[in-house]
Amino acid sequence: MSSHETLAHAAPLRAAGPARAAARLLASETALTFRRPRHLALLAVLAVVPVLIGVAVRIASTDGDAGPIIARVAGNGLVLAFTSLSAMLPLILPLAVSVVAGDAVAGEASQGTLRYLLTAPAGRGRLLALKYANVLVFCLAACALVVVSALVAGLALFPTGPVTLLSGTTVPFAEGLLRVGLAVLYAAAGMAALGALALMFSTLTENPIGAIAASVVLVVVSQVLAVFPQLSALRPFLLTSWWSAFDGVLRAPMDTGRMGTGLLVFAGYAAVSGAFAWARFTSRDVTS
Amino acid sequence: MNRATKAGPSGEAAPPHPDDHGTVYGPGARAERAAAGDTGHAIATAGLTKRFRGGHVAVDDLHLAVPRGSVFGFLGPNGSGKTTTIRMLLGLVTPTSGRCSVLGEPMPDGVSRALPRVGALVEGPAFYPYLSGEANLRRLDAADPRSDPRTAARRIGEALDRVGLGNAAGKRYRAYSLGMRHRLAIAATLLGPRELLVLDEPTNGLDPQGTREVRALIKEVAADGTTVFVSSHLLSEVEQMCTHVGVMRTGRLVAQGPIAELHAGVAVSVRVETPEAGAAAAVLAGFGLTAVSHAGGMATAELGDTPPERICAALVEDGVAVRGFAVVRPSLEDVYVRLTGEGFDVES
Repeated sequence: MSSHETLAHAAPLRAAGPARAAARLLASETALTFRRPRHLALLAVLAVVPVLIGVAVRIASTDGDAGPIIARVAGNGLVLAFTSLSAMLPLILPLAVSVVAGDAVAGEASQGTLRYLLTAPAGRGRLLALKYANVLVFCLAACALVVVSALVAGLALFPTGPVTLLSGTTVPFAEGLLRVGLAVLYAAAGMAALGALALMFSTLTENPIGAIAASVVLVVVSQVLAVFPQLSALRPFLLTSWWSAFDGVLRAPMDTGRMGTGLLVFAGYAAVSGAFAWARFTSRDVTS
Repeated sequence: MNRATKAGPSGEAAPPHPDDHGTVYGPGARAERAAAGDTGHAIATAGLTKRFRGGHVAVDDLHLAVPRGSVFGFLGPNGSGKTTTIRMLLGLVTPTSGRCSVLGEPMPDGVSRALPRVGALVEGPAFYPYLSGEANLRRLDAADPRSDPRTAARRIGEALDRVGLGNAAGKRYRAYSLGMRHRLAIAATLLGPRELLVLDEPTNGLDPQGTREVRALIKEVAADGTTVFVSSHLLSEVEQMCTHVGVMRTGRLVAQGPIAELHAGVAVSVRVETPEAGAAAAVLAGFGLTAVSHAGGMATAELGDTPPERICAALVEDGVAVRGFAVVRPSLEDVYVRLTGEGFDVES
């Protein structure tokens, strides 16, 4: 086709290339996500909760007769990072991720901006992929924010020094920080799997609240199901069962087996959700 | 270098390379060829049909041909399938059957090749309320993989100036008036050099001043050689700015062609204002005119090929007291109502 050829020659401007163009749209996506008042409020909650936990522990620890968890946190500021992650992974972090990912496509559709993005033309597959890339950025940022906030609060409120792991071994503070970093990556991967699921819901509806609610309901229901011993056979297949496995980094040697299985489950959820989202979004009629 | 060199209206993209034919074309010839394009049509559809889930046929066997360089008015009552057609042309909706091509590219497969050269306004403006007008355009520009980020600021500034939003560029979209929102949507269609503008009801909800401005802008864009495909249910608007029209009725195209030809389909009539309507009618009948009628001081007939001046002379000769004499050309509204029917019933 001649238009192809001529486009190809006439184009030092396309030297910019698809990768640069994709980076530009991704930057636009993240700017939109991180500037939106609603998302900023969510991020503020994520930053404040670890501080509240820290303050509560500090107050409780002065009582003298505190439990073992409180004693551990009070003994080392770094532990607050792990405590905060495990407190927020069941609901608060998934809620934030669901809001961003569930809104990604359905929000644009309900606002009408989807039709203008597609006629720009952003390209359907390309837009979906970049929306997911933006969800990944958000998952990582959200988990990192929780931990950074916890570290700042922890270092301000409690003593620091070598960290005693769950298995009883003591490691230097620097290695403790490294383990915190790994925990953040693992938690972000778990959130990214949920993000893929929420993004899939987002391609099925023009109502962002519907997609967000579906994703949150799924998180709550699967955690409720995991409570019943009669349903224990289900547990390995539930996304939520694997989120808490980040505490594998708190053992010596690290519990890489359980974390590896968790990562596989996350990848499976992301792949299946992504395939459904792709099939749906690249073929659907955009009538909003 | 900007986008113009890639796919501008100068014709680099659409026609085959001159060398392919062993002929060297001057710039004039190139421009002409660009206007003619590959197929001569900016938009062409064949048997285009859309049946939505639930069985409703929104568009039925549409054969549309929009010549390059034309200002094509796409007319039809609400619900006649105009917007669904436009959505199919832009690759938003997949046709149930039939084919359509835009700027020589089959749709929806050629979306990524055709749409960078197309500016589109579909079913009213839609933007991010918490972003400024300028930031909204930057976002749309970022979505187009072929737009050049280095010229983005200039192109966005120019587009905003062109629609008179230069001073409101930094204001949040939420604070824009309806007219300003519309202008922003039009600015978005002008972000790059376009070969085709697809404008769905571009003046819907605008005040008369805004309507005039949009019309002037469309004429200006068309004067640069851009094809404009504009849907509307406002006949006067279409009559004032379009060279061609297509008329939709319940999903079918009932007429299309140059606007003058459409007029030609409806008879011109003669109207005599007189106290002696009966006598006047007799004179009209004497010329062999058809559809002669008279009532209440008025006699009318279809003019046909008879020169009106001869009728006027004959009336005076016969002593008919002529108070007024008029040759009535049908307005587009008459043509349109004849084609689409009268009344408010929604046909399904």
